[in-house]
Amino acid sequence: MKDKLAISLPGLDLKNPIMPASGCFSFGKEFSKLYNLSDLGAIMIKAATEHERLGNKTPRVAETQSGMLNAIGLQNPGVDSIILNELEYLKDYDVPIIANVAGTAVEDYVAVTKKISASPVVKAIELNISCPNVKSGGLQFGTDPKSAETLTKAVKAVSEKPVYVKLSPNVTNIVDIANSVADYADGITMINTLIGMRLDQFGKPILANKTGGLSGPAIKPVALNMLYQVRQALPNMPIIGMGGIQSVDDVLDFLSVGADAVAIGTMNFTNPMICKELIEQLEDRVADMGLSHIHDIKGRAHL
Amino acid sequence: MLELSTVLSNRELAHNIYELTIKVDLSKYQLKPGQFVHIRVSPSTEHVLRRPISIASIDTDHSTLTLVYRVGNGQSGTYKLSTLSKGNSLDILMPLGNGYNLDHLKDEKHILLVGGGIGVPPLYELSKQLNDKGLKTTHVLGFNSKEDVFYEDNFKKLGDTYIATADGTYGESGFVTDVIENLKEDFDKFYACGPIAMLKVLENTLTIPGELSLEERMGCGFGVCYACVCQTKSRGQVKICTEGPVFEKGEVVL
Repeated sequence: MKDKLAISLPGLDLKNPIMPASGCFSFGKEFSKLYNLSDLGAIMIKAATEHERLGNKTPRVAETQSGMLNAIGLQNPGVDSIILNELEYLKDYDVPIIANVAGTAVEDYVAVTKKISASPVVKAIELNISCPNVKSGGLQFGTDPKSAETLTKAVKAVSEKPVYVKLSPNVTNIVDIANSVADYADGITMINTLIGMRLDQFGKPILANKTGGLSGPAIKPVALNMLYQVRQALPNMPIIGMGGIQSVDDVLDFLSVGADAVAIGTMNFTNPMICKELIEQLEDRVADMGLSHIHDIKGRAHL
Repeated sequence: MLELSTVLSNRELAHNIYELTIKVDLSKYQLKPGQFVHIRVSPSTEHVLRRPISIASIDTDHSTLTLVYRVGNGQSGTYKLSTLSKGNSLDILMPLGNGYNLDHLKDEKHILLVGGGIGVPPLYELSKQLNDKGLKTTHVLGFNSKEDVFYEDNFKKLGDTYIATADGTYGESGFVTDVIENLKEDFDKFYACGPIAMLKVLENTLTIPGELSLEERMGCGFGVCYACVCQTKSRGQVKICTEGPVFEKGEVVL
């Protein structure tokens, strides 16, 4: 039964295709009190930057209809502290760690990748070229094909582990960006959040950053369409899909448009048990549907 | 930490202020006043974020919690919460936050409790526990207007209670600090919960030791999302949901 959910991707032997998305799971400690982290397909840990970042001013989150805006601003203790404290803790679990790497310049990404990809706990790098909440860096790499290509190439050259590039939906044509990184990326993760705004009763932005990244069920149709397009353009590229997944039906939708595996973000806040529950429900669903493997339905939207 | 509770009652106390009583298994928890629960207002995902609501009253004998919350507009999650009635189930994360510290009270005799608006509820359980310990409590509660006032009788049973309204329609006219200035008694310690502006003034005017409870927009409520941070003087930036919401007077850069 378990084998029906197992998936092999560059650097990643996943017991199942379900993993928490970066930024919605911190480094796992808090969730380890709720369930065994080894049950997860993988864990995408919170973004690491070269130096500690304190993030944006508060308020940093605001709920929207079937979604939420966040502008945390990549708060993290810096790559050295993450390796020393967080990865050390995670090594006791039998689960592949995908390390999200962020920065403001190519050199930052390269420096962080060199360090964190050397950790035996880390099985893959997720290159964050799509964070909308920092003043410089991040998103500018994700919205310009040339910059995205240059960065991916530079990071790939120093990484000891496969590199997955996290794409931003805040572009005119996501296929252009996907194509631009395709020669160097081992895989793609998509989508990051959509830039949005919410006002208070006085007509002022609620978030101190004014804008934030929209996530949650509200963005699922956007994610599905973009993933469908990228899958069509890159039939063999490993893709981990994300964007508003809240149920097994949603997981099947993402696989149907061509995702190899999926990540769960915002719903970890709504229901901290969501990843664990989805894995169990997916096992049942595969049995109910009489599939020999979950990937039997992969890409069926294209047929 | 995740509990499925049952609604026992849910009623309007004052203008847009509701009191919710839930039955939940409290046997495995040691709850403290000032802690909060994180409520999923509906099983649907129209509202993806839980609502952090402080505990107003704990009844371990009957395994019930009372929560007092302010209701927003018709699209809000708290409005959804206000539509629940007896028998409905409610998914909560609990207990969250550190709560007020009562363990280190020694020679204190008279405690001043100061609440502003929706910051008033956690002071009720706190006052009950202080009175149980044999301490004298005086309460100063601030509201915008007469229609916003709640729990006055509850607090009066526990000690002297003064109400201030900003528009002067009930009690003393003005802010809690105006009332406190005119109090003749001496206090050994204060506990406060309310808007930052109120906490700031209290910190600057009261010379006695105190503890403040902060409010901030939260995401996860248990330390994962880094949404509700504040700057402290000795520990750098910390998360309010796990390191707070209660801090020693002077600890947080307000």
